[in-house]
Amino acid sequence: MADPARTAGSGRASGERPVRPVSEALVTVSGLTKHYPVRSGWFGKAALRAVDGVSLTLGAGETLGLVGESGCGKSTVARCLLRLVDPTGGRIVFDGVDLLGLGADELRRRRRDFQMVFQDPTASLNPRLTVGRTVEEPLLLHADLAPAERRGRVREILDEVGLDASLVDRYPHELSGGQRQRVNVARAVATRPRFVVLDEPTSALDVSLRARVILMLAELQRRLGLSYLFISHDLATVKYLSDRVAVMYLGTVVEEAPSRELFHHPAHPYTRALLSAIPVPDPDVPRDRLPLAGEVPSPIDIPRGCRLRGRCPLAQPVCAEPVPWREVAPGHFAACHLV
Amino acid sequence: MSDLLRIENLTVHFDTDDGAVEAVDGASFSIRPGEIFGLVGESGSGKSVTALTILRLLRPPARIVSGRIAFEGRDLLALAAADMRHVRGARISMVFQSPRTSLNPVLPVGAQLERVIRLHAGASAREARERALAMLRECGISEVERRAAQYPHQLSGGMCQRVMIAMALATSPRLLLADEPTTGLDVSIAAQILDLLRDLGHRTGASILLITHDLGVVAGLCDRVAVMHAGQIVETADVRRLFHAPAHPYTRALLRSVPRVDREFAMEPIPGAVPSLLAPPPGCRFASRCPVVMPECRIERPAVTLLEVDHTVSCFAAVTPVRAGAPAEGGDG
Ligand SMILES: Nc1ncnc2c1ncn2[C@@H]1O[C@H](COP(=O)(O)OP(=O)(O)O)[C@@H](O)[C@H]1O
Ligand code: SF4
Ligand code: SF4
Ligand SMILES: [Mg+2]
Repeated sequence: MADPARTAGSGRASGERPVRPVSEALVTVSGLTKHYPVRSGWFGKAALRAVDGVSLTLGAGETLGLVGESGCGKSTVARCLLRLVDPTGGRIVFDGVDLLGLGADELRRRRRDFQMVFQDPTASLNPRLTVGRTVEEPLLLHADLAPAERRGRVREILDEVGLDASLVDRYPHELSGGQRQRVNVARAVATRPRFVVLDEPTSALDVSLRARVILMLAELQRRLGLSYLFISHDLATVKYLSDRVAVMYLGTVVEEAPSRELFHHPAHPYTRALLSAIPVPDPDVPRDRLPLAGEVPSPIDIPRGCRLRGRCPLAQPVCAEPVPWREVAPGHFAACHLV
Repeated sequence: MSDLLRIENLTVHFDTDDGAVEAVDGASFSIRPGEIFGLVGESGSGKSVTALTILRLLRPPARIVSGRIAFEGRDLLALAAADMRHVRGARISMVFQSPRTSLNPVLPVGAQLERVIRLHAGASAREARERALAMLRECGISEVERRAAQYPHQLSGGMCQRVMIAMALATSPRLLLADEPTTGLDVSIAAQILDLLRDLGHRTGASILLITHDLGVVAGLCDRVAVMHAGQIVETADVRRLFHAPAHPYTRALLRSVPRVDREFAMEPIPGAVPSLLAPPPGCRFASRCPVVMPECRIERPAVTLLEVDHTVSCFAAVTPVRAGAPAEGGDG
């Protein structure tokens, strides 16, 4: 249960967020921080607090949506999770193993279990490798298969992501954007990982392709029992794919809830503002806008107390105090003085 | 009300080594004074080419094959170059998707705006500066003195778009072409930009052609809409009618293809892809993707049919409108 005395929004305290029992959780992140040193003013150094005390839990076979506007730290969380960058602090436990304590060799062996798909389908493919080679590469590293077997596997995997086997000898530039993103997904699931981070996987795609890639990802998850961390600023897509959703603002999680609950009963003013800003394809749905003032402040100059204070239409004097992380409904948490 | 802009039978080709890419094919629609008119469709459907044709900014290999663009009583396609420059400088302006790259990177944004004002109004340096600051303020920029002195790279994407809008409106145009003005911006910033466009439209009385692939943006902002597919306008309607009684199978497919935050329904992708516009087959260009395709669809092109006031459709099956458009309630994900 959440303890109202604990506070979110300061790295330490939000690290103590309630987590589910280890037996159920595949990934547990607690108090994750990533600070980058920056030069500030005439002398002295400051820290850019890209991620500042994030705690998340992901169950096996579950999708956790991570939403927030650009620069709020979503991708940095993802990179820390896969150890593509080293966090400044916190703990990441994957299937009972502390990832941050792993040496390079052990980490390499574990890599087959967690994979990532990036936003830009083109930039993340090697232009000199054919589709077949791209998907085969992780198998070379992580699976002990005879060449013929391996090529058979590649065809199977391509089929799973809805790509025709005739594309194996094609190069990325011969593919459409949607096909390229499918190749990225194929490469990510080639080693049969248990956990896949999807970082804005559909943002670069056109509407019709987007829908198809979303359905393919859902189907793949069902078939392979994958757990997804699905990162996006597209809340409608997140709603479609996620079991639970965490909302980030300026390096911290401000609200977390089961997907349906979050979209129907958002508690935090930031979540409410975000949801109310999404254009809905129905001219008769009344728009009850909760507008935020201005733009996101710099992660170097983070306001004291609630980080939304300068922009929040509901702000009160108390908002300058550290913010409690409260359970507002079963399984639904928010960091706001007024909820 | 008489139309501000009327496009009739516009056809634009790109001449390539493989033949003509038929980017816009017989498009017709009109925009009334003071309205926000949406042009919606998947990418590659010809929306941007249509906008650039209105401004006559297309260069070879683009070729205007036929059509008329009547604006304030004159055919823009027949205007002398000098007259067209005047139209571009004073009557019609445009904002683009990537505001930062449309601004001059080596000039402070205030100076860029002042330059437009001086060219247009022949104002003195001081007047131009005052007008520029006032316009930036009107476009929702705070601390305008400081902002005006900054370069595009020092401003956020949303701020750059506000500057672009200020520049576009500096000449008091009657028509503003906005091509995906919020694509790539975060939702809350996008909402601010759309609010700004709506307010400025109302305040200045200018009409806006809003090009977007986002049906939500259309629903929230537009008065009337044209739906474009593979270079053809397949449906035009009043915004309510488009969403509540979409008549064209493509419009209905578009509406079902996007996940929604406001309700639970089973999203269905549009089958197939926008067909190649290089020598497309005769008949309806949606035929290869259409769930209700009929033999005649592949032979003859469906004519524009008026279903009722402010609602036209080009489809053989839609002549008796089908009212199955809105996504059905159902399971989510
Ligand atoms: N310079 C060009 N050469 C050849 N074809 C082009 C060129 N520019 C655009 N096209 C084609 O014109 C069609 C319409 O494009 P566009 O107007 O950009 O669509 P939209 O704005 O709806 O995404 C597309 O098939 C596109 O490939
Ligand atoms: S009400 Fe106060 S604590 Fe809650 S989001 Fe607004 S500023 Fe933050
Ligand atoms: S004309 Fe025929 S193919 Fe085209 S949309 Fe109508 S029914 Fe479908
Ligand atoms: Mg375009």
